Amino acid sequence: MNLTLKVWRQAHENDTGRIETYEAKDIPESASFLEMLDIVNTGIINDGGEPIHFDHDCREGICGMCSLTINGVPHSREQGITTCQVHMRKFRDGDTIWIEPFRARAFPIVKDLVVDRGAFDRIIASGGHIGVRTGSAPDANSVPIPKDDADDSFDSAACIGCGACVAACKNASAMLFVGAKANHLNRLPQGKPEKDKRVLAMVHQMDAEGFGNCTNQYECEAVCPKEISADVIAKLNRDYAAAVVRDAVE
Amino acid sequence: MNALGTALLQFWKSSIGKKLIVAVTGILLVGFLVAHMVGNMLVYQGQEDLNKYAYFLHHFLHGWGIWLFRLGLIGAFALHIVATIALTRQNKEARNTRYAHEETVQAPRSSRIMIWSGLTVLGFVIFHILHFTIPVHPDLQGLKDPNDAKMVDVYTMVVRGFQNPLVVLFYIVAISLLCSHLMHGISSLFQTLGLRSEKTRLLIKRVGVGLALVLWLGFISIPVVVVMGALGDGSQEKPKPAMSAPASSSLDVTKS
Repeated sequence: MNLTLKVWRQAHENDTGRIETYEAKDIPESASFLEMLDIVNTGIINDGGEPIHFDHDCREGICGMCSLTINGVPHSREQGITTCQVHMRKFRDGDTIWIEPFRARAFPIVKDLVVDRGAFDRIIASGGHIGVRTGSAPDANSVPIPKDDADDSFDSAACIGCGACVAACKNASAMLFVGAKANHLNRLPQGKPEKDKRVLAMVHQMDAEGFGNCTNQYECEAVCPKEISADVIAKLNRDYAAAVVRDAVE
Repeated sequence: MNALGTALLQFWKSSIGKKLIVAVTGILLVGFLVAHMVGNMLVYQGQEDLNKYAYFLHHFLHGWGIWLFRLGLIGAFALHIVATIALTRQNKEARNTRYAHEETVQAPRSSRIMIWSGLTVLGFVIFHILHFTIPVHPDLQGLKDPNDAKMVDVYTMVVRGFQNPLVVLFYIVAISLLCSHLMHGISSLFQTLGLRSEKTRLLIKRVGVGLALVLWLGFISIPVVVVMGALGDGSQEKPKPAMSAPASSSLDVTKS
């Protein structure tokens, strides 16, 4: 299949950047989206040009490294998958595809489609962990946890920190990520003692990184490759309000 | 600054803090809208009842009541606006470069025009206050109830106020935008207060849309019914007898 690609090219963080057009010819339908870019890059390299830079690692939909906003939607319109799991059979011959980075002030562009998602790491460092050593993985059921809590925590733990929620949000808000990471620990007995401290610290760091504010439009949950529900945002709001009150009076 | 002051400042500075302020003030404003609409429905009950209601509002707690109420309302309104403008500015800064190809997956249109529908409502509120609360038009000033001169004739003021189709059109547009604002706003405040979950999601959505539609119908019915002539032309010489029929039948615009 033959495609026209409209790709964001930006030499470095301070470059203004621009959309450039590439013709992707003879792309097999069985190729993945990233393999299609590999084919296009091979052509660019053979012509002596600078290949299109993009992030990727496992290419199995589990690491959260690949990004790309495809036709305006992070990880494409396909539900519940990352960019590396998008296949070219989902496109039609002759299609024009817009490929842009995950756009947010808190995710500065490193080069072309590569963005620095270090802000997420700093949020985790601020409180997305348990502050004491809890040892290695415990034996099953040695710490009794109600099934509902375990399921809820596990659903949140599925977050791979890819940043699609930020990229999709009209306000570049990181609430789905922070909500998932906080809920993952807050629901478990190991995480509960530091719940208030964690929520306050993570929200503070999130704001300091320059993410926007959630306006409850739920674009984030629509694009999340792990289909994390925006209910975690409601929980974060509730936990934050309770933590502020307890912090002020205790 | 003491510890409480620091905590309050931190709360205001935080994203969720400001959102909680928007949500709580939103509840107060929606509560006011419901009360305002229910009170307005007295126009269908007739001149005497509406005027008596207006008299009560202006005189309960020896006239202090309405000012306490107004101050609270102005405070909530101001906080709601200041916080949302601050949040919107931060949101624009957070997405400093726009997508060349922008797409929306599921965000409803009403949610994407909140700041514009809200600012239109602000403009409308200013117009509405100058229209009816402190009427600047000479035809709407100094109207006294024909049966009791100590009461203001709010009924005639309303009927006269909606004789101009352009004013009615402005009310329809502004109230429709208010309804759009509430369609997203009401369900949104439950999410901000942390009350939305798998169990409550559908109910909250229905309550939000349902309440917005009820308010839209209630508010919009009055200018529409008046401009169609169903409540007379606002001439005080021949005051209409109070309608004793239930509100539903008095909505019948074919009566004149």
